[in-house]
This record gives sequence, C-alpha cells and structure tokens, in this order.
Amino acid sequence: MSAGTFRRHLTSRVMTGLVVVLAFTAVLALVLILGDLMAKGASSIDWAFFTKSPVPAGESGGGVANAIVGTFIVVGLAALIGVPVGVGAGMYLAEYGSGRLGFLVRFVADVLNGTPSIVVGIVAWTFLVKPTGRFSALAGSVGLAILMIPMLARTTEEMVRLVPHSLREAALALGYPRWRTSLKVVARTALGGIVTGCLVGIARVAGETAPLLFTAQGNLNFSMDVRHPMQTLSLQIYVYATGPFDEWHRMAWAAALVLMGLVLILALAARWVTRQRYGSGR
Amino acid sequence: MVAAANARLRLETVRLTALFGQNPAVREISLLFPAHTVTAIIGPSGCGKSTLLRCLNRMHELTPDASVTGQVLLDDVDIYAKDVNPVELRRRVGMVFQRPTPFPTMSIYDNVAAGLRVNGRRSRHETDDAVERALHQAALWDEVKDRLATSALALSGGQQQRLCIARAVAPAPEILLLDEPTASLDPAGTQRIEELCHALKRHYTIVIVTHNLQQAARVSDYTAFLYLGQLVEVGRTSELFTKPQVEQTEAYITGRFG
Amino acid sequence: MTTLPLEPVPAPPEQTTPSRDPRWQALRSVDRSDRIYRRVLTALALALPFLILVILGVLFVGALPAVKRFGPSFLWTSTWDPVAEVYGAAPMIFGTLASSFLALLIAVPLALGVAIFLTEFSPRWLRQPVAFLVELLAAIPSVVYGLWGIFVLIPFLRNYVVPPLKAVLGWTPFFQSAFYGNSMLAGGIILAIMIVPYIAAVSREVLLAVPPSQREAALAMGATRWEAVRSAVLPYGRAGLIGAIILGLGRALGETMAVTMVIGNRHDIGLSVLQPAYTMAAAIANEFSEATTNMYLSALFEVGLILFVLTVVVNAVARILIWRVARGAAVGSKAL
Repeated sequence: MSAGTFRRHLTSRVMTGLVVVLAFTAVLALVLILGDLMAKGASSIDWAFFTKSPVPAGESGGGVANAIVGTFIVVGLAALIGVPVGVGAGMYLAEYGSGRLGFLVRFVADVLNGTPSIVVGIVAWTFLVKPTGRFSALAGSVGLAILMIPMLARTTEEMVRLVPHSLREAALALGYPRWRTSLKVVARTALGGIVTGCLVGIARVAGETAPLLFTAQGNLNFSMDVRHPMQTLSLQIYVYATGPFDEWHRMAWAAALVLMGLVLILALAARWVTRQRYGSGR
Repeated sequence: MVAAANARLRLETVRLTALFGQNPAVREISLLFPAHTVTAIIGPSGCGKSTLLRCLNRMHELTPDASVTGQVLLDDVDIYAKDVNPVELRRRVGMVFQRPTPFPTMSIYDNVAAGLRVNGRRSRHETDDAVERALHQAALWDEVKDRLATSALALSGGQQQRLCIARAVAPAPEILLLDEPTASLDPAGTQRIEELCHALKRHYTIVIVTHNLQQAARVSDYTAFLYLGQLVEVGRTSELFTKPQVEQTEAYITGRFG
Repeated sequence: MTTLPLEPVPAPPEQTTPSRDPRWQALRSVDRSDRIYRRVLTALALALPFLILVILGVLFVGALPAVKRFGPSFLWTSTWDPVAEVYGAAPMIFGTLASSFLALLIAVPLALGVAIFLTEFSPRWLRQPVAFLVELLAAIPSVVYGLWGIFVLIPFLRNYVVPPLKAVLGWTPFFQSAFYGNSMLAGGIILAIMIVPYIAAVSREVLLAVPPSQREAALAMGATRWEAVRSAVLPYGRAGLIGAIILGLGRALGETMAVTMVIGNRHDIGLSVLQPAYTMAAAIANEFSEATTNMYLSALFEVGLILFVLTVVVNAVARILIWRVARGAAVGSKAL
C-alpha cells in the first residue's frame, strides 16, 4: 500500500471515528438529561405528589395534582380544536392540494411550524384574554391548537399520500363517489399514520409553556373551570424551578419527570399504533 | 335471473377516441362487445388497450387532462351523455386491475361487500347472500368460508386477485372489465382465473385486456387487435388466430413484432 | 377496420335520454356530496393562511404605537426603561442572534455527525435505537431543558468548564467578564442541545434522498468510505443540509423557556459569552405580564413582530432549500 493510499484510509478511519464520537455525544446529552431527571425526580414522587395540590410557599409536602389535571384539560381541549382542523387541512392537501392553493397552504404550514410559541401566546392573549380581562384555560388551549394545526396538517398529508393510488382507483371503479373514496378507503387506510401524527403533535404541545404564560397563566389551586386560569405541569415546573425554595426545586424535578413520562407514553403510543397497522394481516 | 335481464345487452363503442391532453391513445375505435361473451383486447405495449378498457367505465377521465370523444353505448344509451352520472355507471360495470388491490383495513367479507354498500341499503341477510354468491363465482368460497372476518391481506396473491374479482361481481354488474388480471400471478393462479372467465360469462359480458396471446386464445370468444391506438382487426378468436385477415395481425400473432 | 359480423346488426334505436331512463337517474346528490366534502376540506385548509395573516395582523396592530413613537431607532437603541418609557430592542436582538449562532456553532457538527452516522456508518441494528434516542431529545420540553440548565449545566460550567476556558482563552474578548452562571454561554449550549435533533432529523432525510448510485459509483472507483461520503453524498445534498441548518437556526431564534431560565435576562450587549444576556423571546416571556402601560405593551408587541418576521424569513429560506432536495416532502415535521 502506497503512502498516499495509507493516508487516505487513515483519514477515512479518523473521520469515521469523529462522526461516531459526535453522534454519541449527542446521545450522551440525552442520556445525561434523562438520567438526571430520574435521579433527582424519582425520590420525590409518591402518592401524595399525584393527588395533592400545592401547599403555601415554603411549606413542604403537597403535590401537582392540579397541574396534572390541568395539563390534561388544556391539552385535551387544544386537541379537540386542533385535530379536526389540522387533519382536515392535511386531507385537503393530499386530495386536492396539487394546485396553487395547495402550494400556498403547504408552504404556510411549513413556515408556521417554525413560529415561536411565545408569539402564538400573544395572539391568543389578544383575542381571548384582553377582551374578557381574564386569563383562562380556554385561551391557553386555543394557543396550543394554533401550534398543533400546521403540524398535523403536514403529517396527515404525508401519511395519506402514502396510500397507493391503485386503492383509490379500485374504490372509484366500484362506484364510490370521490368523498367516500377519500374517507372510507384512503383515510381509513392511512388512519394509523394519521393517529400517530396526532399523538406526536399532542406530545409536543403537552410540554409547551410559553404560550400558556399569559393565557392559562397558572393556578395554585385545583380547578377544572376552563374559563379561569389553570395550572399545567409545564407552568408548574417553571414556577418551581425559578423560585427561591429548595423544596420547590425538588418538586420541579419530580414534576419534570412526570411530564416527561407523559410525553414518553404518548410517543410510544404513537409508535405502537403504526406497528399494529403493519403487523396486522399475518 | 341476472342472465335473462342481460340477454339483449349490447356494449358498443362508436368512433371512440381517448386523449391525454392532445395525444390520442385510442383513435376512432368502433367495437361491439356481444352479451355473455369474453372479448380479448390484444396488442403490443402502449397500443391503447388499457386506455380503451378504462373508457368503458369512464375511469379514463379521472386522469388530469384526459378526455374522450365519440360514444360508448350501453344498451343504446351513451354513457358519455351529459346527464349520465359516471359514479352510477361504475356501479354497473365491474373492474379488476393488474395488481390485486384488496382494501387493507377491511376483512375478506367487508372487501367483497364494499361495492354493495354504495348501492343502497340491504339487510345483513341479503349482504351475506350476495357475498357468498360472489365468492362462489370467484371460486374462492371454499378457501375462505371459515375466515370471512379475517384480514384480506392474509391471502396469497392469487387469492387476493380472486377476492378482487368477487368484490367486482358482488354488486351484480352487467359488464366485467379485466385489465391484465393475471399479470402479477404465478401459473397456478393464472390458470384458476382463466377458468373463472369461462364460468363468469354466463352472468356477465367480459372484456379482458391481455398481453399474453396464449391467454387470449384460451379464454376469449372474440379477439380485437389494437396497434398504436387503432383497431386493426377483430373477429372470432379461433379465426383470428388461425386465419388473420390483416398482415399486421399475423405479424403480431406470430411474434414478428410486439 | 372491421366490426364484428355476428347476427345482422340492426341500426341502434333512437338513443333514449338517460334522464328518462330509470337506470341512469343521474344521482345529483352524489355530486353535491362531493362538492360539500371539497368545500369543507378547503375551508379547513384555509385556516392556515388565515392564521399567519392573523398573527401578522395582531402583532402589527399591537406594535403600531411603539413603531410610531420610536421608529427605526427601536432596532439599535440599547435603552430599555419602562419608567421613562424609552424602549430600544438592540440588546435583545443582539442576544437572540448571538445565542442562536453560538448554538449553531456547537450543534451543527453534532447534528451532522448524527445524520451522517445514521445514514452512512451505522450498523443496521444500531440505527433505530440511536434514531429514536435523538428524536427523544426533541421530545423533551423546553422548560425541562431549562430546569436541567439551571441545576446541572450551570454548576458544571462554573466548576469544570469556565475556569479552564478562562485560563486558556481569557485574553480574548469572548471570555473576559466574571461568570455568575446565567450567561450567553449557558444559553447557547442549551439551545445547541435543543436544536441538534431538528437539524439531525432533517439532514438525515436529506441524505437519505441522495440516490445510492452516487455513493456506489464513488466506492466502485476506489474511494474510501469517508471519501465517498465527502465527495459524492454531501455535495449532492448540500442545499438540503444548509436548509436543515437554517431550520435549526429558525428554531433557536424562537426558543423561549430554556433560554429565559439560563441566560440571565439582562438588557446588555457584550462580547463575552460569560455575561448574562437577553433574547427577544425571553423578554416577552418575562415582561409581558408585567407590562403596566400601553406603550410598554406595544414595545413588547413590536419585539414580537420583529421576532416573528425574522423567524418567518429564516424558515421560508430553509424550506425553499429543503424543497429543492426533498421535493415537497414533509421533512422534519415528524421530529417530536
């Protein structure tokens, strides 16, 4: 082997090694963060943590029950608004979106996907908090829905596009009108993927804090009234982490672990749905 | 009862031209498909056979920029007339495609019943009967009768194609269009479907597109030879294959081109 | 052209009008259903352009008073004084850009490393787990990153990273000031970790879109694995990779919670990364609820407007670059 060839192979090995090191550094960061979450949060989680609301500042004990319930309500309401619009927009893009309007909608969706969530919070505030003079979970849900819609539109479109054209043709040849083909054959076939996209979108939005800062705002008490401020896990973590008490810091880790657990469950559910789909039939 | 109702059915194209944009894929074809016969359409790749077939159930126009001139008469009614609803037409004409396309999220039963459900409400009993009848006609009943509720994807390729045939015949169409139905099947599957054609023509008028000349000879009563979008020759299969009247036909059949 | 000479073919009787023939009853209701379906879907799809216009409109209307009062000097004035009602966003704008670029500096090698590893060098069995782990990074909420940043990263920086950095690089303007924890450096590092999965996911899809023939041709000519990647794969996907990086930039520009928890939230422009700093998003998060006067609020709206326009432009550029390579696929939207 000549010196030149040797050097080339050495370079290749070095670069390969570098790439591997870089890749694993990234993974290492994740492992560290999750590890810290477990280590610092797990010890604070007990039954009381899940069932009690916060106690007055400085005291110990109490839990994040209000935040857990609040997260479910705010995110659930957001999904109620965001899923039909997002999935509908995605269906439009897949079925009729080959023209100019489709191009525009697609482009806007992609651009909206990168919009800072704090800006969305401002918009929700302007329409739902400022006129009523009152913070509310509903305002927070609307903000989260605005975040969800472009996400779901694109994932839905992508999943529906995967359905082979031959299936559409087979349905049309049977005498299915276009709308029925789209719903009962195409969407039904892509349903697994669409649901996955929704779960991923919901998981993303469940962790959001910024749009809720001045919409749902947060609530130290247990509340299920959507017309009033409501606490979510993300808001709770923010308040506790930036507060002065060690007790709060401890609980912030625990709440973060719970939130991460929720997000993880949704993410795994999303994967499980797709696995089910592909596994069925054999 | 179905056979009697179709006894006088005529399917006929009159100077049919099919275009993709400005390009004619089918040129001025006038062809009659007699009732309860199997007509094969043969010709080299790109000669317009599939396009012609897709004009018979108005599937051609679903492609963007595609258009049709001329007429297709189903019992003297031009299916391209302005107030004919193509969706309704397609319920009277069944089609089976080259690759089996069972609906993946539906069971075998639901696949076969799929065409029934757009055709008006029926009782569960009526649907059961129709599904069973269709599966018998497709020679699939014995193989699936115990697992009608299982996924259609569990069937083999040949079985799936017969399932598609069952799905196409379940709504009791008058015409059955087969677009190279055995192209993706193995010889055993191919043979079963060819046998089906003989049985099915009792009930339906069949038009089959095939690039397999032996298949055309085995299966059909009449054969039409297309080349470059034009109808070169048509006649009884036995005569066309033994005594073709046009030189081009003979050249194609003997394998000199195509 | 012969037609079939079966029995004598009678002339076709007058064609009956389909509408009189019961078998052909044109089902107008079906057409209507199709039309309704399309209209409903279109209306839902129009929500998207509607939303972007609404956002723009709200921000613009809200910012108008401040725009009229301060004009373009808003962009380069450093004073932010709610009491005297003088507002200048220069430190925030600087902080946003600086922290984002710092984040890119760290994130790009890591993210490209992940992407190239996954598409070129990884053994098959390792691919799914590593990809999943990197996607998981994107799933961690911003506020959790902030929490980790405050209690793990900053102490780590203070004890193990900054002293050696100051020792070696303290003579440069970038490491000159005292380090109290909350700093541009902490913000940049946290941002970097947060955007790695986005850049990596998009880069990976870009690299996967490179036809294998490119790679194989290079290898067939005797290139080493690295050379094949560098000369055949990377140039082909270059536009898309740049798009991925710009997409990451877009994300970094808009990040709020993690940044506001570690960056120090101080209206100040400085070259040292050890100093506290501010970003537009962090400022809005911190001060929106506290804004007591209309002008204060309007100034914050203007900050939001600048941020929004900036991210829209950056994202648009990124998308155009990515579309060129991935041809309209919904790239990057699957990243959790």
